[in-house]
Amino acid sequence: MPKDDGIGASVKRREDTRFLTGNGRYTDDINLRGQTYVHFLRSDVAHGKINGIDTSAAEAMPGVLKIFTSADFESAGGIPCGWQVTDKHGQPMQEPKHPILAEGKVRHVGDPIAAVVAETYEQARDAAEAIDLDIEELEPVVDMVKALEDGAPKVHDDLTSNLCYDWGFVEENKDAVNEAFGKAAHVVSLELTNNRLVANPMEPRVAVGDYDPWGDTHTLYTTSQNPHVIRLLMGAFVLSIPEHKLRVVAPDVGGGFGSKIYHYAEEAFCTYAAKVIKRPVKWTSTRSEAFISDAHGRDHKTKIELALDADHNFMAIRTETYANMGAYLSTFAPSIPTWLHGTLMAGNYKTPLIYVNVKAVFTNTVPVDAYRGAGRPEATFQIERLVDKAARELGVDPVELRRKNFIKPEEFPYQTPVAVVYDTGNYHATMDKMLELADYANFEARRAESAKNGKLRGFGIAHYIEACGIAPSNLVGQLGARAGLYESASVRVNATGSISVYTGSHSHGQGHETTFAQVVADMIGVDANSIEIHHGDTSNTPMGMGTYGSRSLAVGGSAIVRATNKVIDKAKKIAAHLLEAAPEDIELKDGKFSVAGTDKSVDWSGVTLAAYVPHNYPLEDLEPGLEETAFYDPSNFTYPSGAYGCEIELDPETGKIDILRFIAADDFGNIVNPMIVEGQVHGGLAQGIGQALLENCVYDENGQLLSGSYMDYAMPRADDVRGFTVDHSCVTPCTHNPLGVKGCGEAGAIGSPPAVVNAAIDALHRAGHTHVKHIDMPLTPSRVWAAMNG
Amino acid sequence: MHNFEFVKPSSVADAVAALANGEAQPLSGGQTLIPSMKARLNAPEVLVSLTGIAEMQGVSRDGGALEVGAATTHATVALEAASHFPGLAGLAGQIGDPAVRARGTIGGSIANNDPSACYPAAVLGTVATIVTDRREIAADDFFQGMFTTALDEGEFITKVRFPIPEASSYAKFLQPASRFALTGVFVAKYASGVRVAVTGASEDGVFRWAEAEAALSSNFDAEAVAGLSVPADGMISDLHGTSEYRAHLVRVMTQRAVRAAS
Amino acid sequence: MPKVMMKVNGAEAAADVEGRTLLSTYLRDLIGLTGTHVGCDTSQCGACVVLVDGQPVKSCTAFAADLEGAEVTTVEGMTNPDGSLGVIQKAFQDYHGLQCGFCTPGMVMSTAALLAENPKPSEEEIRHYLEGNICRCTGYQNIVRAVMAASGQDAGALAAE
Repeated sequence: MPKDDGIGASVKRREDTRFLTGNGRYTDDINLRGQTYVHFLRSDVAHGKINGIDTSAAEAMPGVLKIFTSADFESAGGIPCGWQVTDKHGQPMQEPKHPILAEGKVRHVGDPIAAVVAETYEQARDAAEAIDLDIEELEPVVDMVKALEDGAPKVHDDLTSNLCYDWGFVEENKDAVNEAFGKAAHVVSLELTNNRLVANPMEPRVAVGDYDPWGDTHTLYTTSQNPHVIRLLMGAFVLSIPEHKLRVVAPDVGGGFGSKIYHYAEEAFCTYAAKVIKRPVKWTSTRSEAFISDAHGRDHKTKIELALDADHNFMAIRTETYANMGAYLSTFAPSIPTWLHGTLMAGNYKTPLIYVNVKAVFTNTVPVDAYRGAGRPEATFQIERLVDKAARELGVDPVELRRKNFIKPEEFPYQTPVAVVYDTGNYHATMDKMLELADYANFEARRAESAKNGKLRGFGIAHYIEACGIAPSNLVGQLGARAGLYESASVRVNATGSISVYTGSHSHGQGHETTFAQVVADMIGVDANSIEIHHGDTSNTPMGMGTYGSRSLAVGGSAIVRATNKVIDKAKKIAAHLLEAAPEDIELKDGKFSVAGTDKSVDWSGVTLAAYVPHNYPLEDLEPGLEETAFYDPSNFTYPSGAYGCEIELDPETGKIDILRFIAADDFGNIVNPMIVEGQVHGGLAQGIGQALLENCVYDENGQLLSGSYMDYAMPRADDVRGFTVDHSCVTPCTHNPLGVKGCGEAGAIGSPPAVVNAAIDALHRAGHTHVKHIDMPLTPSRVWAAMNG
Repeated sequence: MHNFEFVKPSSVADAVAALANGEAQPLSGGQTLIPSMKARLNAPEVLVSLTGIAEMQGVSRDGGALEVGAATTHATVALEAASHFPGLAGLAGQIGDPAVRARGTIGGSIANNDPSACYPAAVLGTVATIVTDRREIAADDFFQGMFTTALDEGEFITKVRFPIPEASSYAKFLQPASRFALTGVFVAKYASGVRVAVTGASEDGVFRWAEAEAALSSNFDAEAVAGLSVPADGMISDLHGTSEYRAHLVRVMTQRAVRAAS
Repeated sequence: MPKVMMKVNGAEAAADVEGRTLLSTYLRDLIGLTGTHVGCDTSQCGACVVLVDGQPVKSCTAFAADLEGAEVTTVEGMTNPDGSLGVIQKAFQDYHGLQCGFCTPGMVMSTAALLAENPKPSEEEIRHYLEGNICRCTGYQNIVRAVMAASGQDAGALAAE
């Protein structure tokens, strides 16, 4: 039995109390004395040359303090990109400048042109309407394939083309892969789109910049998943403010899902303008503005092929993908379709030869970057759709085809042909568990029941793998990352025994304040309520890399374990002194230090008090105090995996798909708080089902966003999803981090889209609509109906 | 949004006076108007709230007709019309979501004439009469294409009079983002014949499907329209559905409405 | 600017407003109740839902000037008199019905409106009623459980289909 507030217990979340009573403190709740407001005048055309910006009338408007244009930022750097991808010829990617305010050209609808700072938000907006813009509209490029055609308009005039990079992975395997296809008994291919999405955390982005001349210090309050990363990128590359003069605070943040990882122009603007205006500057995004300024996600077009031998063993996979970068490179954009996608193309299978080609393309659209799953959903969708299609074409059971090609439990660690080494896993176990929970054996009876009501029932299967716990710094450095990906923690024990933990892992819904306290409470044996978890403020926490890639517990938690172990080691020395014993004889259990084999003991607070009131203390050997910092840099990624089953009913009259049940059997390694893990999976499933059935970010040929608000971008609602069964009883602990954890934040969004689409195809085929080979996401009723009747 | 002067009269007469100013616009719940003002697509100088006028509130039975005050919320209609005219109550209960229904009003919805709004289907699908501050307008004359009505500048609806049908129902296929109708069909059966009004589908806004009315008038059975179709030409085509799909839904939703009404 | 008075969470509130001052602005900026959140500008997301005279209202889609004298309840007004979590709030915590907390105020207030109208809603009724409140974190299942629990029903009884 787990300690009631330790590892393995479903402890209720402590942060909920403030959120449920209206006492959360989100960035928009922060109002500083003398605060001013900025409104960004954004481009309403996708591509245009700026011939002139006349701000004179606007400057005379009531309340206007200053209007900024790119001319005010001549000394500032562009918004940097944090990852450099090298193309298949060994050349670095093309990397255009991303100015804070548009310079010379506008490159997407929403590109900020001018910024009006005024006494009130409405005054700033009123004045923005009075700015006289002279913009010569240019032909935009919106479609990725057309963007690479000869003579296509260029998004960036100073680049040779709209191609950011043409990446081959593993380039050396290409010939062998092609050879395998030549020898294959069966080749199955599929062309598909991974639809463009908008992350849509419910809290829109907010930034408040403040400047204090007393210490010549800048403070930025921002809706970020990683305040230290913002401090580094903005301070070092954009505004030239050294870290010791720059504080970045990310207070309560209302969800991120990737979109709040990146450093955005509005953050740099508010930080900079506060010093110019000599007053705080606040920006609060509207939802409409979020749609045209938050980085989007996904947006891949892929052709994938699978070669099988006569016994249906997978021989090789090759793919060709176009990945949309949008108009500028967002912070981690180049890494998503490459290192977070290509390296996962082995899936759960023993495919000896793989070649992945990715062409990253600039278009006149909002920048595209990581969104929950980031590259791994794209990989999983391709593989799991293709395996399903292969089973259908070969006339074999989709479960059996997967089982036949799964990496077997005894084959770990497993070196894939796409660079990574899976440490553990048991895919047969998760598949069996899912089928059991889904009552797959009785599906046919349920289908017959649906058929009586005129409905088509289908069951879809997907098995995913992801690489989480991002990431070993030396490895990602070789792959082009311009940052390390360790995490930090400080554990400060106070004199009376309470503990303050400072972590670089930011929590914006994941419940770190609860989970991390459980870990420390478990290790020391004290009440979790005596432990406070602090995050989100660069002024009190060592350099941390933040929260994304399902890394918080695997990497941030490991740093906390390390720092706590250091604390325990020192505390044992103090206890040894107090108990007049050797440190190696001291045991810590349930918050009490005792000498092995004796009844001599001292409790936790006795030791902590001695550390700060060192009257009886080994001062000659040990410093007073009890506070330790640790950094943890993982030696490998973690590899969560799982089997997902989706049961749907399809209305043949309208094409509408209803989710009936969704079974997730995940292997996340060890679990600290099962309640929180379940919640993470639920949320991921809703987003994955949203991608599969509802969500679609669409531009017209002029580069106008057609899905620019919740009137057209269909968010999953309470009546769109249901019937989740989540299991995490299949456990193969991670072999290389101290908690044996793998991460659970993205799994749901990675594994669910192919399960939903496979279920729809299954329903159609079982009902005789065998001509439908694939339907691109989202599977709207209109698309399903058209496919059925096509 | 741009600022404006806010006026809240307590009688129709005061509202008429307030709206006499050409720069004034009525506000009747504002569930569509306020978002459009936020987007600065609409910027009245004076906004005249009609929700404080007692004589424009409520649902009342007058013989064979149901009169609904123009400032009556969807939530109130869903509740109070249920025993008199369940088809109308059912439609009102499907508009937007509970919070929208608590503020949005029938008058506001009809006057706006959004091509995907639900209420226009009920008004056109009955032989309703729209009563304004100055005249009465027959439903067939009221809707004049998307976002366009017979209302003059400054004219506002005070109530809507619905002849209660023998049977009626509204079948709505949801546009999943906006919660408006991707296609919605209101069917009403009277002794004199059947009316079928379609919203959400046509580029011209709400319309009557004459062929279905004829077929259902002689045989009020879903199968009576099974072989009918509306042309895809002129139907809305967007992210959520092609014009062919909407044309198909017109028939499917008509059949569903008939089944639910029977 | 005219002064608009309301009773908010049982206490008298008064603030000078412009015509365009939204109820959400009145609550958040003028009387300092930042528990109510604004998540969109098209009246879709429901993060801003409060009760006005007992009815659920999107506070970002109502003018303060239109609500003179109204009785408003926000998430801050949902605790027990001793400040502890009220029944709905407690159920959301017990069943992990929130993650980032941003949509939560609207969810809690819509739940209050639902339970006032329908004290024992079914799963389908809950899901349907909450269609005007978007949550991006939870996938809704634990919210539905929380509402079941808050209405004294078995929260484990969600249908598998």
